Amino acid sequence: MAVLIYTETAKGKIKKSSLEAVNYGNHIAALTNTTATALIIGEASNDDIVALGNAGAKKILHLKNDKLASQDPQLLVIATEQAAAAENAEVIIFLHDFTGKAVAPRLSASIKAGLIAGAVSYPVLEGGFSIKKNVFSGKAIADYSITSAKKIISLLPNSFPVTLSENIAELVNFSVNLDGIESRIKVKEVKKQTAELSLPDADLVVSAGRGMRGPENWGMIEDLAKALGAATACSRPVADIGWRPHHEHVGQTGVAIRPNLYIAIGISGAIQHLAGVNGSKTIVVINKDPEAPFFKSADYGIIGDAFEIVPKLVEAAKKFKSHQN
Amino acid sequence: MKILVCISKSPDTTTKIVFKENNSQFDDAMVQYIVNPYDEWYALVRALELKETFGGNVTIINVGLAENDAIIRKALAIGADDAVRIDADPSDALYTAEQIAAYAKVQNFDLILTGKETINYNGSAIGGMVAELLGLPYVSLATKLVIAVNTATIEQDIDGGTQVVECDLPLVISAAKGMAEQRIPNMRGIMAARTKSLTVVSAIDSPKLTAVKSYTLAEGRIDCKYINSSEPEKLIELLHTEAKVI
Repeated sequence: MAVLIYTETAKGKIKKSSLEAVNYGNHIAALTNTTATALIIGEASNDDIVALGNAGAKKILHLKNDKLASQDPQLLVIATEQAAAAENAEVIIFLHDFTGKAVAPRLSASIKAGLIAGAVSYPVLEGGFSIKKNVFSGKAIADYSITSAKKIISLLPNSFPVTLSENIAELVNFSVNLDGIESRIKVKEVKKQTAELSLPDADLVVSAGRGMRGPENWGMIEDLAKALGAATACSRPVADIGWRPHHEHVGQTGVAIRPNLYIAIGISGAIQHLAGVNGSKTIVVINKDPEAPFFKSADYGIIGDAFEIVPKLVEAAKKFKSHQN
Repeated sequence: MKILVCISKSPDTTTKIVFKENNSQFDDAMVQYIVNPYDEWYALVRALELKETFGGNVTIINVGLAENDAIIRKALAIGADDAVRIDADPSDALYTAEQIAAYAKVQNFDLILTGKETINYNGSAIGGMVAELLGLPYVSLATKLVIAVNTATIEQDIDGGTQVVECDLPLVISAAKGMAEQRIPNMRGIMAARTKSLTVVSAIDSPKLTAVKSYTLAEGRIDCKYINSSEPEKLIELLHTEAKVI
């Protein structure tokens, strides 16, 4: 038996969220008296292998197969299913991200495993197998039971801190049988954002809205993000009118994020925006309107003009960082 | 072109969330139900646009009880041709997908569209499950869909960017923002919807593998600590010493 964790690299390095998933899977393995096995598909460096072991994997299945390069979920499911069978895995962990949303549901249907998509807690084994997930776009949490023998959990990224140990995993070169199966999806073009930090992975996010009055004023937002080492985001109206790229839009119809710190500048805090960010650990709101609803969901607030406050924050953040180094 | 659009019922986005029966059930006594926005604004409207270009038929499918007929009529008023309701409680994702797949299996749809997720359960699961059950390709989180001859070209949101993929029909697609613009039903559409076909189909036997035991409301922020706008540097200090996030 084992807990199988689906892991990935991004930009040539193991994803931080994958290490979180391995940590999480290792915790479940301990609860169920079994061990954690990480599955990694494609190129993986020695550093990646070490990191997966340090995150808690006892075994790593490293799978290289040209047919999987297309990332077609249909083929990834076949590969994951074979890995799960080889490991006799009863619990399979994904992240609730692009890959997880495409692969986990297909696998659930293929092996008839109950799926909890977007889990935010460790499972509780007393009286069955139950686990919590966000529902109503983050406004509530539901405690679900899974009754099937095989279980799939997709973990909401940034739900748990990553702790590393000295553990070294056993590395196994794993192969799968994909004879006669061809991908029907052809990737024609990939457009990655140029920013170093991808928004769903960022621990710190600086976000701004219509209060900035125009795209020409985003310099100070970028300066603050840079000073803090944060990613930038924006509200829906700002993305809709083209001041900022669509992929920066956080909220119900955009990206849902849960960073450690979310700083909202000139965003009033419509319920649809909150739905995308209310999982953030600490929320700071800067707005000149003291009645802005966002203040009700904030941990820290500054009432005032962003054009005066933000440049001062940039200076303070730079000073803080220089003292730290 | 024969298109199936899977729709779900969800509470209006501004609904105050309340639970009943010792927090084991969602209390919908005061709730205004709508068609899940991703299913309606993006999946359904794009399906209608494709039909307007290529001709064909747009069928709505919903898994739910008789109370769902109102939101199904709304989808018909927007312009779908006919609808099917599988008479069952859609409380488990795979159970729900099995119902949709059982219906779709014998119908030979060219395209099956659904929203990227529901706004009440946020599972993002039905599209992928239906695709697997039907053995079809699945393209998730699509923001653009163009069809030429028998091939779909789709732009989809990936983590930190977008990608363009091509896939021959038939396939399953989940729709995200960008795919189409919301349409408001007009009086003619509303009148026409009354006489459009809404077939009720009984559910197939399938196990439910998950169930909600209880709900809790997400913890709100206790209260906001205000920092004087003349000394914003205090914020940086508090984020370090108190919140410990930087």
